[in-house]
Amino acid sequence: MLSRVADSLYWMSRYFERADHCARVLEANYNLMLNPSKLSAEERWHRIMASLGIPDTADGIDPQMAMIKLTSDPGDESSIVSCISACRENAGQVRGQISSEMWECLNRLYHHVTQPNSRPEMDAHPLRLVAAVREGSYQFQGVTAATMSHGEGWHFIQLGKYMERSCALPVLLDAYFSTAGQADDLDWVGLLASCTAFESYCKVYTADLKPDSIAEFLLLNPEFPYSVRYAAERIGAAIAAISERSLTRAAGRIERISGRLRASLSYAQISEIMTGGLHRYLVSVVEQCKSLHAAVHEVYVDYPIQSALEA
Amino acid sequence: MPAQTAERPMPAPFSAYEFGEAYDEMFRSAGRPRPHYKNLYTQLLNLPAEELQRSKKEADLAFFNQGITFTVYGRAEGTEQIFPHDLLPRIITSSEWATIERGLTQRITALNLFLADVYHERRILKDRIIPGEIIYTCKHFRRQMNGVKVPRDVYVSVVGTDLIRLPDGRFVVLEDNLRVPSGVSYMLTSRKVMKQIFPALFRKCGVRPIEQYSQALFSTLRSLAPEGRSTIVLLTPGIYNSAYFEHAFLARQMGIELVEGRDLVVHDNKVYMRTTSGLQRVDVIYRRVDDDFVDPLAFRADSSLGVAGLFNAYRAGNVVLANALGTGVADDKAIYSYVPKIIRYYLGEDPIVDNVETFMMTDRAEREHVCGNLERYVVKAVGESGGYGMLIGPHSTREQRDEFREKIMADPRNYIAQPTLTLSAAPCFMNGRIEPRHVDLRPYVLFGEKVTIVPGGLTRVALRKGSLVVNSSQGGGSKDTWVLQN
Repeated sequence: MLSRVADSLYWMSRYFERADHCARVLEANYNLMLNPSKLSAEERWHRIMASLGIPDTADGIDPQMAMIKLTSDPGDESSIVSCISACRENAGQVRGQISSEMWECLNRLYHHVTQPNSRPEMDAHPLRLVAAVREGSYQFQGVTAATMSHGEGWHFIQLGKYMERSCALPVLLDAYFSTAGQADDLDWVGLLASCTAFESYCKVYTADLKPDSIAEFLLLNPEFPYSVRYAAERIGAAIAAISERSLTRAAGRIERISGRLRASLSYAQISEIMTGGLHRYLVSVVEQCKSLHAAVHEVYVDYPIQSALEA
Repeated sequence: MPAQTAERPMPAPFSAYEFGEAYDEMFRSAGRPRPHYKNLYTQLLNLPAEELQRSKKEADLAFFNQGITFTVYGRAEGTEQIFPHDLLPRIITSSEWATIERGLTQRITALNLFLADVYHERRILKDRIIPGEIIYTCKHFRRQMNGVKVPRDVYVSVVGTDLIRLPDGRFVVLEDNLRVPSGVSYMLTSRKVMKQIFPALFRKCGVRPIEQYSQALFSTLRSLAPEGRSTIVLLTPGIYNSAYFEHAFLARQMGIELVEGRDLVVHDNKVYMRTTSGLQRVDVIYRRVDDDFVDPLAFRADSSLGVAGLFNAYRAGNVVLANALGTGVADDKAIYSYVPKIIRYYLGEDPIVDNVETFMMTDRAEREHVCGNLERYVVKAVGESGGYGMLIGPHSTREQRDEFREKIMADPRNYIAQPTLTLSAAPCFMNGRIEPRHVDLRPYVLFGEKVTIVPGGLTRVALRKGSLVVNSSQGGGSKDTWVLQN
């Protein structure tokens, strides 16, 4: 597979996951904000921005304006619309590699969220957009799984999706746990809803909402798709599949980083993590994901020609 | 009574249908469709207007969702538009097609012999059939290609020839596109959409299939590959190119890699692509990048679309380019006027499909005649395509004519003139009514081990009433082309 193609598939998938994540977080929090709480509206918006990892400078945020900006502002590169556009742009670069069904699905969503006659200032607009993106994301993932060969390209798509997820989840957890002191039950429901995790959580821990259990579930659960551990396992599987197919000898370093991350998540206990400082642990997970990303780029995409000729 | 049999009033969806001097593809005269259009005619009379309107909407949506768009140059980069598509098929009989097929086979054979000659022995110049200066002054003549041996002596493996139909019903060649002709993906996707819309009509008419084009193209490319090596790639300028959709489409249909210049590297005169498994050797490049841009070391140094060193690898015989470089010398509009002579010279045959009468502006008498009567002629810059750089006399203003007269005087070699031709007209579905619009026909010819022409082509339509310009960049659209079984 062409290096450029692998890179575009990877980013297509990352951007879609980013849009989807943003949509889930906004939907959950927007619902939450309709209830009164100990936190002021502004404090809650700061937390939303923090949970999306967006540097947040503005004071005196107007919730409706902020919502519009995060969903439909094409000038804001972290907005949902920008992520969908970037996703489509990457997909457009590799139209020969993805199935036509995938392209159609993505194209339809793109036209839906960018249609010029929609009016972002309408109260319900951002929520409709968010719902369309979530729907579109399920559809895209289904279409991808059903219509594309599960070969190298597909594994790069998986890698992108779970890489984005394992970078985004720790940021989200960190934002909620750093304001844990003032949080009430509804805030914790909001966190779980941001990961569509409420029902799955209750199946394991019942509706008893304990911060430690929530952290354990979203960090260490091996079975739930929006847990960091699950994402790290998928990354490991994708990396193994890619290195098997591409027969690249330099993949050892990638497997080492990914293996260490998986081991840490498999064998850690939540009580230890909490004692050692959750924040520190989350930061280190993100750091490991970043170096994994860099290593993948170096081995598969941007390698020096000389080394490739010798090989 | 006899008068009535010649002309009948036109029924409902055709009530606005007008006849001009153009050859009408569907009707012999008002109310009397040609035999091969009878099935379509009956179908249209029986369909409620809303049904056609709905089909039109469905077709447009299918194109839009599939992203079948093209990029319009001269506006903000990346402005995408759907390729306008007309609902009604253009139908060609099997005997008409047989003539076209023979004519185009003859033409591509002769043009390939001509190119091999121009870049090697130049017998045709020594025998004074074509004046040498016309070759050497051609913008698309590549002296770098002198003496370069190409596989099977095939220079042009993919051609999209523009045919038009004159008022007397004859097809003639308007242009040979021998460099990087495009549009074939519209032919293929439009057929797919039409099958969904008119299944019954397909069953009734017996339309010859065109879906095998991608396999035929692949076989053609493979026949050019060196023995035992067959990694074929399609080289595209990238997503901002107006035909990018087509590049991706064809690569996917053929199962080959779609590469950009930055994906390729040349080392030791061999071409490689950068893959996740390291560098992989490339043997045949179906290149959709113009000559000028393929290699910044050999041609335009400012090109970032090409691959440094590609030309040397090509000359060393380590990679095949299709089409070969320098083929533009044979579709230069001034050299076009010599094609009948070229056919006679190499094949000893008369041309089966004629040329359009062409005036050379380098000839003093012809130039003066044309410049004095510009309002009657179409003037074209010899090296341009896509409808750019031309003057259509009857539709021009005095200022435009004065401007062209000056241009011709300043650089006569750069222009030719042709009489204004009335392209044939075919029925189109325009805003709920059926009206005639002018059309041309671009069949796609493949040449490798043998000549292959899929029965059909792109029928381009001038969507504006009365307009004769069919180019997609200038407000043209397309319609499906049906070649009948018998």
